[in-house]
Amino acid sequence: MSAIPAENTRDVFPELKETGSEPPPMQRRVKQRLTSRGATIAAVVIAVIWTIPTFGLFISSFRPEANIKGNGWWNVFTDFEFTLANYEDVLSPGGSQSPNLLSYFVNSLAIVIPGTVFTLVLGAMAAYMFAWGRFKGKDSLFIVVFALQIVPLQMALIPLLQLFNQVLTIGDFQLLPSGTYAQLWVAHTIFGLPLAIFLLHNFIAEIPGEVIEAARVDGAGHSTIFWRIIVPLATPALASFGIFQFLWLWNDLLVALVFSGGGADVAPITQRLAELQGSRGGEWQRLTAGAFVSIIVPLAVFFGLQRYFVRGLLAGGLKG
Amino acid sequence: MEDLAGKGLQVVVGLAVFAAIIGLIMLVVDRAPKSSREKLQIAGFLAPAMILLAVGLVLPALQTTYLSFTDRSGALVGLDNYIWMFTQPEALVTLRNTVIWVVIVPLLASGIGLAYAVFIDKARGEKALKALVFMPMAISFVGAGVIWRFVYAYKGPEQDQIGLFNQILVWFGQEPKQFLLDAPENTFFLIAVLIWIQTGFAMVVLSAAIKGIPTEIVEAARLDGASAWQQFRNVTIPTIRGSLIVVVTTITIGTLKVFDIVRTMTAGQYETSVVANEMYTQAFRAGEPGRGAALALILFLMVLPVVVYNARLLRKQKEIR
Repeated sequence: MSAIPAENTRDVFPELKETGSEPPPMQRRVKQRLTSRGATIAAVVIAVIWTIPTFGLFISSFRPEANIKGNGWWNVFTDFEFTLANYEDVLSPGGSQSPNLLSYFVNSLAIVIPGTVFTLVLGAMAAYMFAWGRFKGKDSLFIVVFALQIVPLQMALIPLLQLFNQVLTIGDFQLLPSGTYAQLWVAHTIFGLPLAIFLLHNFIAEIPGEVIEAARVDGAGHSTIFWRIIVPLATPALASFGIFQFLWLWNDLLVALVFSGGGADVAPITQRLAELQGSRGGEWQRLTAGAFVSIIVPLAVFFGLQRYFVRGLLAGGLKG
Repeated sequence: MEDLAGKGLQVVVGLAVFAAIIGLIMLVVDRAPKSSREKLQIAGFLAPAMILLAVGLVLPALQTTYLSFTDRSGALVGLDNYIWMFTQPEALVTLRNTVIWVVIVPLLASGIGLAYAVFIDKARGEKALKALVFMPMAISFVGAGVIWRFVYAYKGPEQDQIGLFNQILVWFGQEPKQFLLDAPENTFFLIAVLIWIQTGFAMVVLSAAIKGIPTEIVEAARLDGASAWQQFRNVTIPTIRGSLIVVVTTITIGTLKVFDIVRTMTAGQYETSVVANEMYTQAFRAGEPGRGAALALILFLMVLPVVVYNARLLRKQKEIR
């Protein structure tokens, strides 16, 4: 498939039109070599293929039930009817049969926000010590933490569940009560820490040593340096990783299935959506609207904070 | 409303407890006697994360390893779980599917991502074109599952189709098809979903790498009369090789762990199961934690060589610098 640009570029490039601001002459010539009408068409085709599935679902979520089940969403142009009934249906509390998604939506937020905050704070604290602390065995310990990234979380699920529900329980008292968010917060924090420490360390280690030395000379301890210097300077890295952690937790299903126990009290929206697919896989009016309720937050984060998102991706992709 | 207040309270209490713990650590380490302050501060900063990792990841991973040698009653059974995995037909299908996934997804996702990155490089509307392909990255696997089940939706030949793929088949005069039920090709229709998600990742990373190629190199190749294809093969590919390897390995690891797509679209039925899904099914649905653990261990062993290779490469690059 990589052969496509070559075939097209070779013949067509002289006709290429200039776009955007004036690049220096050399860049302009390079640009003419690598883009062409054929390549642009191929790119548009890929973009359309990549967008249509989501677009179809989005259109469908606003069609009445009979229309969704009766004919394809592409008929919307000839058979136009618009309704918000699907969204009302999936969001409203109603009986046990109702999707009741609003409740699960709140659960997702309640799981994800603390889960992200805990990981960021603990990860940054450890990363700071790995970058600027002086103690024996620092490098080996850091390598161990780095290596933990490769342990699939599947390796930890069974014993961790036992730990939460049996070991950390004395009589009726549970340190991390089941049926609350606590188990999910801790589990997510544990699974997020290795990558958090590694990425934040890479960033924090680049902070100029003189800044930290100066503060030390002035008598500042580690906690002062950490909160007054490291955290403000590392904000871009914290934001990038925070966004990723937020999206991972929001989109997680496996950890939720194991630790939430299901039900509207704790389970996140992904889990509910998965249940709806299983039990009533043909209820497209609910699934389409439900899917959109569940992806609206990640999409908003994605489009609103794309700059941080891409930066975080590159840091993670190129260094990890 | 009451419900909402209860949930809000839980979050507030959780955050407050966490803040109290962190505050206490900071307070203690700052007030420590001068002689031991440095050590105490280091310990205070590292301890929470290290304890969590030790108790929540290292220890459980070791326990899982042990568990993989036991049966459902907890008795040691040697290699029985592994023998089961490599002899039972349904377990073998799981392994075969995982291999298919791990070969196809990294290859196609990186390939399409690279092609797209080259096509749109410096094109008009590059940002918007990028965002469209990148968008699936933000969508959960569960959400993607709904989106694609809708694309694959099936209705009998006498009815109007509501799934796009079947409508296309009908337009071309074919019979509609049960995309997710008919083995073995249904695995490929699940694979398409992950490719759809991962291509955006490959595209963004590779696009950044392509933009990092020094203009002089490209210009020199052009002056030597290299065709666009030669430029691509002899300049672009070797220069971005490092990023390419990172992309392929990252997607490979992600593919090995794929769970949500299979779980929500077929639940691993109709011969579509993969190791990560079977692990969950055995451990948490079928009451066979030993088998689940063995599958988790296999997953770990599959990920291991990929990471080792990547780490070696990283070290080599550092040495060169």
